[in-house]
Amino acid sequence: RRAQFRKFGCFCVNFSRTHVNYEVKEDVAVIRINDPNSKVNTLSAQMESELTQVMNEIWANDAVKSAVLISTKPSCFIAGADINMIQACKSAEEVTKLSQEGQMMFDRIEKSPKPIVAAINGSCLGGGLEFAIACQYRVATKSKKTVLGTPEVMLGLLPGAGGTQRLPKLVGLPSALDMMLTGRNIRADKAKKMGLVHQLVDPLGPGLKSPEERTIEYLEEVAIGFAKGILSKKIPLTKEKSLMQSELQDYVMGIEFVRKQIYNTVNKRVMKQTKGLYPAPLKIIESVQTGIEQGPEAGYLFESQNFGKLAMTSESNALIGLYHGQVACKKNHFGTPQKEVKTLAILGAGLMGAGIAQVTIDKGIRTVLKDTTEEGLNRGQQQIYKGLDDKTKKKSITSFERDNTLSNLIAQLDYQNFDKVDMVIEAVFEDLHIKHQVLKEVEAVIAPDCIFATNTSALPIKDIAAASKRPDKVIGMHYFSPVDKMQLLEIITTDKTSKDTTASAVAVGLKQGKVIIVVGDGPGFYTTRCLAPMLAEAVRVLQEGVDPKKLDSLTTGFGFPVGTATLADEVGIDVAAHVAEDLGKAFGTRFGGGNVEMLKAMVEKGFKGRKSGVGCYLYKEGTKNKEVNPGFQEILGSFKMTPSAAVSSDADVQYRLVSRFVNEAVLCLQEGILSSPVEGDVGAVFGLGFPPCLGGPFRFVDTFGADKLVQKMKRYEEVYGNHFTPCQLLLDHAKDSSKKFHK
Amino acid sequence: INIVLVEGVRTPFLLSGTIYNDFMAHDLARAALLGLLNKTSLPKDAVDYIVYGTVIQEVKTSNVAREAALGAGISEKIPAHTVTMACISANQAITTAVGLIAAGQCDVVVAGGVETMSDMPIRHSRKMRKTMLTLNKAKTLSQRLTLLSKIRLGYLTPELPALTEFSTNETMGHSADRLTAAFGVSRREQDEFAFRSHSLAKKAQDAGLLSDVLSVNVPGKGIVSKDNGIRPSSMEQLEKLKPVFIKPHGTITPASSSFLTDGASAVLLMSEEKALAMGYKPKAYLRDFVFVSQDPKDQLLLGPSYATPEVLEKSGITLDDIDVFEFHEGQILANLKAMDSDWFAQTCMGRKSKVGVLPIEKLNLWGGSLSLGHPFGATGARLVTAAVNRLKKEGGQYALVAACAAGGQVVFDL
Repeated sequence: RRAQFRKFGCFCVNFSRTHVNYEVKEDVAVIRINDPNSKVNTLSAQMESELTQVMNEIWANDAVKSAVLISTKPSCFIAGADINMIQACKSAEEVTKLSQEGQMMFDRIEKSPKPIVAAINGSCLGGGLEFAIACQYRVATKSKKTVLGTPEVMLGLLPGAGGTQRLPKLVGLPSALDMMLTGRNIRADKAKKMGLVHQLVDPLGPGLKSPEERTIEYLEEVAIGFAKGILSKKIPLTKEKSLMQSELQDYVMGIEFVRKQIYNTVNKRVMKQTKGLYPAPLKIIESVQTGIEQGPEAGYLFESQNFGKLAMTSESNALIGLYHGQVACKKNHFGTPQKEVKTLAILGAGLMGAGIAQVTIDKGIRTVLKDTTEEGLNRGQQQIYKGLDDKTKKKSITSFERDNTLSNLIAQLDYQNFDKVDMVIEAVFEDLHIKHQVLKEVEAVIAPDCIFATNTSALPIKDIAAASKRPDKVIGMHYFSPVDKMQLLEIITTDKTSKDTTASAVAVGLKQGKVIIVVGDGPGFYTTRCLAPMLAEAVRVLQEGVDPKKLDSLTTGFGFPVGTATLADEVGIDVAAHVAEDLGKAFGTRFGGGNVEMLKAMVEKGFKGRKSGVGCYLYKEGTKNKEVNPGFQEILGSFKMTPSAAVSSDADVQYRLVSRFVNEAVLCLQEGILSSPVEGDVGAVFGLGFPPCLGGPFRFVDTFGADKLVQKMKRYEEVYGNHFTPCQLLLDHAKDSSKKFHK
Repeated sequence: INIVLVEGVRTPFLLSGTIYNDFMAHDLARAALLGLLNKTSLPKDAVDYIVYGTVIQEVKTSNVAREAALGAGISEKIPAHTVTMACISANQAITTAVGLIAAGQCDVVVAGGVETMSDMPIRHSRKMRKTMLTLNKAKTLSQRLTLLSKIRLGYLTPELPALTEFSTNETMGHSADRLTAAFGVSRREQDEFAFRSHSLAKKAQDAGLLSDVLSVNVPGKGIVSKDNGIRPSSMEQLEKLKPVFIKPHGTITPASSSFLTDGASAVLLMSEEKALAMGYKPKAYLRDFVFVSQDPKDQLLLGPSYATPEVLEKSGITLDDIDVFEFHEGQILANLKAMDSDWFAQTCMGRKSKVGVLPIEKLNLWGGSLSLGHPFGATGARLVTAAVNRLKKEGGQYALVAACAAGGQVVFDL
């Protein structure tokens, strides 16, 4: 009779809860979470309150001896706290209160008399990870979608629900700091090695149900087994510490002096990397330190208070804005294209062409890479192989996946089978005549519905399309080098480009994993056009006698990841000269400042930047320390200009560079090249390295104040003229402080 | 042309590292070949062709069929070749033979398979091999010394032949455990099946039904005439075993997976006309076969599920018509569940409805790969011979043989 009771003893409890439910299987409570309104689970107010209710019931229920916490979503455990909930807070105190509520909830979880097993499949990030590490045991699937991490730092925050306190205890001080300071995702197998999870479960293939469904079910079965095993003491809760290494590490970490050294070293490294522009990493270190050195009470207090303070910083606001922007720019706002691109052809196997091919073939798209010479084609293929092989060496893909991916690449010198291609992206030399010639050649062989995309950084698309028989199929796709690393894709449409063509280009870009902004046509479009005046200003600054290294430190000190002189070398001095000249012609004296002739003189001497080994700097293989190129200094000597003391302080030089960039960006919005400030911010940060802590040119104007910026520009305008004339939209914002680009 | 099976034999299947310890693969193959010739009194010059299947190849005898044939005293004028297709290598050898006869190339073909896991080719590391090969080309002493000085301790780590899928880097056992989980095959079901396999094998062995097993004289060790892996135990004992591949929560134990086995098998195939002309009484007709293949990661061992309906449809008979089933016991339970699932049929096989329930009372009644052992290259021919002998003994008409292998799979219809 008792056995029978047990058999039917599975009773489901479901009142009016929508996000969290539980079922008791024998004596194990299986808590299932699922936010019905979203693709991912977040620790929203609703979720937290239901979780609290459920936990209280479980703790009160004598029939329950242990619990399993699992998400029913196929690729998400809990993706983190609800950002909107934090953003809705008006003061640091409010956010601190949120943090303390989270801390208290997880404290109760940690002290639960009934063991709780977190069964993790999919993303387990931020608050989700903090929840999981408060549980007594963690089982994760080995799926590629299962990632664990604390990405708070990337939003200018710290892990505010006990993460800074629990993580060091779990994985050791160095690993914990590394996780929290980089915010990187950790795959399941690595998490197991680190001691972040106890057990791994393999994802299953198709059986009697869909793989996703059955994998979650299997994970639940296994987790229940562990929950029972913990109760019966068959499964130990202590970490396996068989490795000498970890025992040694524990010993070393027990020495206060050693810990101090670590805090110092990490602090220094953070300061070096962030130039002190990002408060979150420092607070993370401090919070960990407080907990370890002064005890948990002080640690938790520090964590919650600083979580609140950080949430109110402009840096966090900027980073969260970028996060939202990035999400928005990963959607196709132009609908589903009529025809899916299954075969893509790329013309030109140079750095760009090969890079585009590399990010295409691994998405299962057949890719034809065409060049005119065998050497060029071979170089491109080698680049692609190396790119994939590096991933193999890092074990992010297997050698089999590498080979399988490469099977999508077809390298050729002629136009064979171009009639079967759905889209062509040309990445040939930036010369209008050559582009016209290629366009005509290609249109003669492709099918009528094939799209022709041109990868150019400055040539107006309508000029290129002028040679086309079907301008509605012509579009610009501006990739950034190196293509496999840079996230941005700038898509440029002309008046004649059809909506379907745009939809198709965006679809391809999204498949390639890009963050996409779609902008109007014009010389330099958006990104190049913003960069050009800043580079012109940088050239002037150099001509005025500022050392390239000084220029670099001024710009990185402002938050640019790469100094402007180094950036010019990376872009290529010849490209910079080309662009400066073209845009100078198009926009007139406003784009003046530095002398283009100086760039040309550099090119003549062969100082083309990194690719030629010399530019502003000398590049030697094997060394990271680069010296200023003496030949460049000689050229600088003959182009010397006299600086004006009134506008040449370090800060003024910084604002001269940045204000020209920002003004041009605002002008792009004013002229309709940009359709929204969000795209402007995303494009500037992801494509040009505009300081992420400022959130992009538009966020910068909002935070810094348009009036203050205009004041500065007026001062520079007095010295340099129209290079610094603020545009109308900027003036409008300066006049009315209630006008903001971001709400 | 009707193709007939005249006779099938095999050496006893022994646990690796036991009595066949000093044999090389071709020794085992030779024993099976000689045994077949002796049992059928077939003149050594009457064979037209020899095909053998094997998986892990001994580099010295890469065409193991030829070395075995020469060693067995078969005329050097008779060609032989070796095929490989993981666990269905012998099936591939048999179908190759069927093809040769059907095409009118040959009348009499011996097909078989061999595997020894007692001696495996263990190689130097790639780096070491490269150094050694370059060393061959070095002309001066100083060149040689330079090369030798580059050898690092790590170079000396040997490479063992892998039982992993090359494409997915997953071991067979690991894949199998995931498969059982995907189909919800419980630990209990697997233990019960292992128990059944061993009990049936023991019964068949005691009753003398395993008439295909030869007596082999092993130099210095004596005569072997019985399989030595059959170990009937109790369910209680089986329940105590720990999982071997996925720890601690996997469900496959040493009992529910095949042990490493040495052994060889051989069958004599002829055109019906030739067999009758030579005065043989054929045991069975080989009617039809198919090979299928699937995703090597998640469906590695599901070949029988896909192939069974296909070969039945091809031959115009149904599951009910089959009297004898001989299936390789690699994840057979998952296959049985797959064939009985509408979801699987519709989602994975593109069929309207499930294949059906395989009658377990007709399946592997004389034991199978779990109890008799599984020398990879040789199992296919054992399955066919067992099916034929059971047909004769049980008086049935049709037999179906199926096996799964890395990537591919085969079914015969006898």
